[in-house]
Amino acid sequence: MLEIKNLHVEVEGKEILRGIDLSVEDGTVHAIMGPNGSGKSTLSYVLAGKEEYEVTAGEVLFNGRNLLEMEPDERAAAGVFLAFQYPIEIPGVGTMTFLRTALNAQRKARGEGELSTPEFMRLVREAAQRLNISSEMLKRPLNVGFSGGEKKRNEILQMALLAPTLCVMDETDSGLDIDALRIVAEGVNALRAPNRSFVVITHYQRLLNHIVPDVVHVMSRGRIVRTGGPELALELEEKGYADYVEEAA
Amino acid sequence: MAEPTRIRTKAEEALANHFAALDGDDPIREIRATAFDAFLSKGLPHRRIEDWKYTDLRNLMREAPGPAVPAGIDDARAALAGADVFDGVDRARLVFVNGVFMPSLSDMAGVAGDIEFASLNAFLARGGAVLDRFAGTDPGESPILALNSAFVRDGAILRVKDGAKLSRAVEIANVFAGGKPGLQTMRHQVRIGRGAEATILETFSGPDGVAYQTNAVTEVQVDADARVRWVVAQEEGAEAIHLHMLIPRIADRAVFDPFNFATGARVARAEIRLAFEGEAASAGIRGIAVARGRQHLDATLIVDHALPNCTSKELFKAAIGGEAKGVFQGKIIVRPDAQKTDGQMMSQALLLSDGAEFSNKPELEIFADDVICGHGATCGQIDEDMLFFLRSRGIDKSEAERLLIQAFLAEAIEEIGEEAVVSALEARTRHWLGAEQEVLSA
Repeated sequence: MLEIKNLHVEVEGKEILRGIDLSVEDGTVHAIMGPNGSGKSTLSYVLAGKEEYEVTAGEVLFNGRNLLEMEPDERAAAGVFLAFQYPIEIPGVGTMTFLRTALNAQRKARGEGELSTPEFMRLVREAAQRLNISSEMLKRPLNVGFSGGEKKRNEILQMALLAPTLCVMDETDSGLDIDALRIVAEGVNALRAPNRSFVVITHYQRLLNHIVPDVVHVMSRGRIVRTGGPELALELEEKGYADYVEEAA
Repeated sequence: MAEPTRIRTKAEEALANHFAALDGDDPIREIRATAFDAFLSKGLPHRRIEDWKYTDLRNLMREAPGPAVPAGIDDARAALAGADVFDGVDRARLVFVNGVFMPSLSDMAGVAGDIEFASLNAFLARGGAVLDRFAGTDPGESPILALNSAFVRDGAILRVKDGAKLSRAVEIANVFAGGKPGLQTMRHQVRIGRGAEATILETFSGPDGVAYQTNAVTEVQVDADARVRWVVAQEEGAEAIHLHMLIPRIADRAVFDPFNFATGARVARAEIRLAFEGEAASAGIRGIAVARGRQHLDATLIVDHALPNCTSKELFKAAIGGEAKGVFQGKIIVRPDAQKTDGQMMSQALLLSDGAEFSNKPELEIFADDVICGHGATCGQIDEDMLFFLRSRGIDKSEAERLLIQAFLAEAIEEIGEEAVVSALEARTRHWLGAEQEVLSA
């Protein structure tokens, strides 16, 4: 599904990613853990196509296609989804208008027809219900006046509706209380499928109690420094990142 | 020694010739003559006149076509069919084509019992007392007003009766028809009676390829306790010059909410000069301007708080693309007696291209000491983070930009608070944005 080879990325002349290698197979959940400033969020933005990141070396293949040559909206239509650490508030754009525009844009890009209003409404209602999102929330402008937890649930709602094949989740657990965390994790688990993979970026192990990964990577100073099974997350929770910060230095 | 004679521009010379050729036997010829003298003494305003610093009319108005030829009924009907901005709004209509009232195209059904109406021409023919109000505004203060009084052809004399609650909106449609350049000059005078409630729509439209000019002055007397929504939609043709003044005077406890929607004309200046002449009245003054190509759109506002306890809220938004230029000038005057005034003014512009330009000039003149007044002005580009967020969900760049511009403008449009009017203007904005792709990607 996703193949990252020797990826080097600079932001404003400073090298943030210094040779990332990562291979994500169909239907797997990869967790990327690491201390603050290790480049986790940068990796997620580069995958989604944010402009100010300059790739200086390496390649990223998504189902065999060169992801780095695609526009952000092309990547989305191809099946890449980034759940933002800080979802953006957009005053004046209604949540439903946004959802519908996004869904139809992707369908159009893939050569599929637009959804009818009743079909669209039914899809949204079902997905919203599972995530405990009220119809009142859906009536508001996108993320405006949403609490931190509501914004994260809204991200998962978008993920459910857009049905991507690669879900990159950037610190989705930050700012969530224990109940919201459970709702979000259940939402994600419901989406697990043989043709859908997840890259779950997190600082803490607690999210991984709910979304159990197949592979855990530790990132430090722009590189993946260790890879293991789910037990690696528990080890990190116990010992912290101190070893890795020194090891990478 | 006499003052040296100012050298007239080509347009001023043409105006003098057109004025000399007007019918000499006219019930208001003295008013016309006084007004035209006032105009000629200063000429067309230019950038060294403070009020016109950003809209150098002497430079922008090189030609001055003569008074428009009245349109034949078929041309008029065809032109009116294109003037459909408020088609979705239940409304009565007073139609002016090339500056002349067209009774056969007008429709007063549903409001006839609540209003009194005459065309200005009919009034003038009767020697109507309406002339008093012409004299009430000094043409020397404004070249738009002076030219209007000098060349006025017709207008609506409209009164909404005391206590009337109009069941439909009333549109004053100002349409230019035909393929020949001409000047249309309208003077509308509207009185909203005590406690009356009304939505008035003032629309301007015309053909794209014709260098016609519009000069319209609309005076509104809002009596005590009246509540009025007043929406101007300016969609003049692409070569037109459009000069408009809206002059509301507002009595005790009345609510007057004007909105100026501007998308048309090569050069447009929409002035609102609003005066509170009573206490505890309020005005929500809002507008949007969207410009592209080489358009020049100016919104100028003077809000005069002379009496206590009045509130004014101003919100103007502009989206400027291509090599177009936008201007906002907003002045709030709070006179010594106007204690407890609440005045808040905001102007925001979005520049859509490298060649776009916006001049933003908010001013407060405060002579009272117990007031709340503030102003803000911003000028920026589309937010990159918002754009990335939308694109990351599969929405392509131009569609994402359209959504964001629309959202930006909608904040002002929605304040109109009447659904049919709001959706008509939002649809017009979408239409404009649809035609704007090449500018956005520049």
